[in-house]
Amino acid sequence: MKLIAAVIKPFKLDEVREALSEVGVQGITVTEVKGFGRQKGHTELYRGAEYVVDFLPKVKIEIAIEDTNLEEAVEAISKAAHTGKIGDGKIFVTELEQAVRIRTGETGEDAL
Amino acid sequence: MSKKYLPKPAWLAAAGMLALPGLAFAQANTPSVNAGNTAWMLTATALVLLMTIPGLALFYGGMVRAKNTLSVLMQCFAICCLVTLIWVLWGYSVAFGGQGAYWGGLSKAFMAGVGVDSVSGTIPETVFSTFQLTFAIITPALIVGAFVERMKFSAMLWFIGIWVTLVYFPIAHWVWGSGGWLGGDGVQDFAGGTVVHINAGVAGLVCALVLGKRSGFPRTMMRPHNLGYTLVGASMLWVGWFGFNAGSELAADGVAGMAMLVTQIATAAAALTWMFVEWGSHGKPSVLGICSGAVAGLVAITPASGYVGPMGAIVVGAGGGFFAYYAVTMLKTRLGYDDSLDAFGVHGVAGIVGALLTGVFSSKSLGGAGLSDNASSIIGQVGIQALGVGVTIVYCGVVTLIILKVLEAVMGLRVSPEDENTGLDLALHDESAYDL
Repeated sequence: MKLIAAVIKPFKLDEVREALSEVGVQGITVTEVKGFGRQKGHTELYRGAEYVVDFLPKVKIEIAIEDTNLEEAVEAISKAAHTGKIGDGKIFVTELEQAVRIRTGETGEDAL
Repeated sequence: MSKKYLPKPAWLAAAGMLALPGLAFAQANTPSVNAGNTAWMLTATALVLLMTIPGLALFYGGMVRAKNTLSVLMQCFAICCLVTLIWVLWGYSVAFGGQGAYWGGLSKAFMAGVGVDSVSGTIPETVFSTFQLTFAIITPALIVGAFVERMKFSAMLWFIGIWVTLVYFPIAHWVWGSGGWLGGDGVQDFAGGTVVHINAGVAGLVCALVLGKRSGFPRTMMRPHNLGYTLVGASMLWVGWFGFNAGSELAADGVAGMAMLVTQIATAAAALTWMFVEWGSHGKPSVLGICSGAVAGLVAITPASGYVGPMGAIVVGAGGGFFAYYAVTMLKTRLGYDDSLDAFGVHGVAGIVGALLTGVFSSKSLGGAGLSDNASSIIGQVGIQALGVGVTIVYCGVVTLIILKVLEAVMGLRVSPEDENTGLDLALHDESAYDL
């Protein structure tokens, strides 16, 4: 099993969710986050006072997935979240040791 | 405030004789109330109160950080209540009670002699007094913009109470009170550019200097937390200002109508001036910019509103917006004081610009209503205006400084660094504006 953590532009969330549904992903977890990468922040100006905003709002989605579906899901995210402009985000994939469905007690891939 | 009291129209007196023959002789000999003027002044009074609560409170409240929102709303609201009681106890009398050159005396303290039948000009004295009260409320409330996010609430109440007594009431008397020495010198200040705006702006600057900067200024991020509030507040100020300027005629007549028109024109001109200057120098027009410009325009046209014509109003507004923009973006940065919400930059600077330009555009040759009797030329009138401005700056600056220094020694002016960091809403009021 793998855990995908993708940080994307907030306005791309709906497209990413639809693309993941199409490749059969059953559930995702979404968190509103802030951060910076190569895009850096931006500046805001109030009556001449300039403030550098270091952290930009992003959305982080997490998906636990079977190894066989990994490629499809990663591709779905990177296609749907792509704008070609700086700040599109990143996708991280890590090993997932265990999963438990709390209601039934199922474990491993059965729990996904 | 215009001191022109219109004679009661003859047809109205005639109608009165037909309807109430028994009262006709009494009306002919004593000052009488004009119903139309009274109706307008009742309305104008409510409009000017709306400028402070909630207009100014929201305008300022949106510009502070979220953790200080309630403290600003609270300051404006409490000032409204405090000044009201001081006004009826002694304020009205000191400002408008008598004929002195420097103060009005205490003959009307506790509203002595002000009853249902008292008349001031062509309106009931109760209406005149309440109308003037709303000016006495907004002036100290404007100063709040200079000391937000760091002043102790208790010290603020003492400061405002003493300040209106020692600074506002006397200056209001000098310019508007009968026998006041500045009004007698021919200073043209229709609705309070000197008394209200320069006065509040200079007091704000002194507050900013004495209290010192907010901790972290200017490096820490202190961006406005809700510019939607600010726009709503600026809009209420704009609407309420019709009561402020057109109401200052104290009558429902042509001068009031012109005051309303030039107020609208100057505000629009100043808002667009600020927007375009900002757009040109920084690349984007901003909501805070256009709102600030509108308020600067309202301030600038205040002294001029009963004296200038429509085209003069465009110049007065544009001048106010232009100079206030440079005051808040360049002057403040260069000198490094923390006039947090630009009480001086907007009200002081646009007030001075408006007061001086009033002396130019009140000239009949430039479409105005005419210079004062004491001036033979535009330059002469501008000189008289400059005298009014200078006296206000010096008197207000010195007395404000003394009040603050005494209070600082007696009780301290600032909250503790810890409370400042927590935010005044929680630290001083045990409340928070938002539960998000």
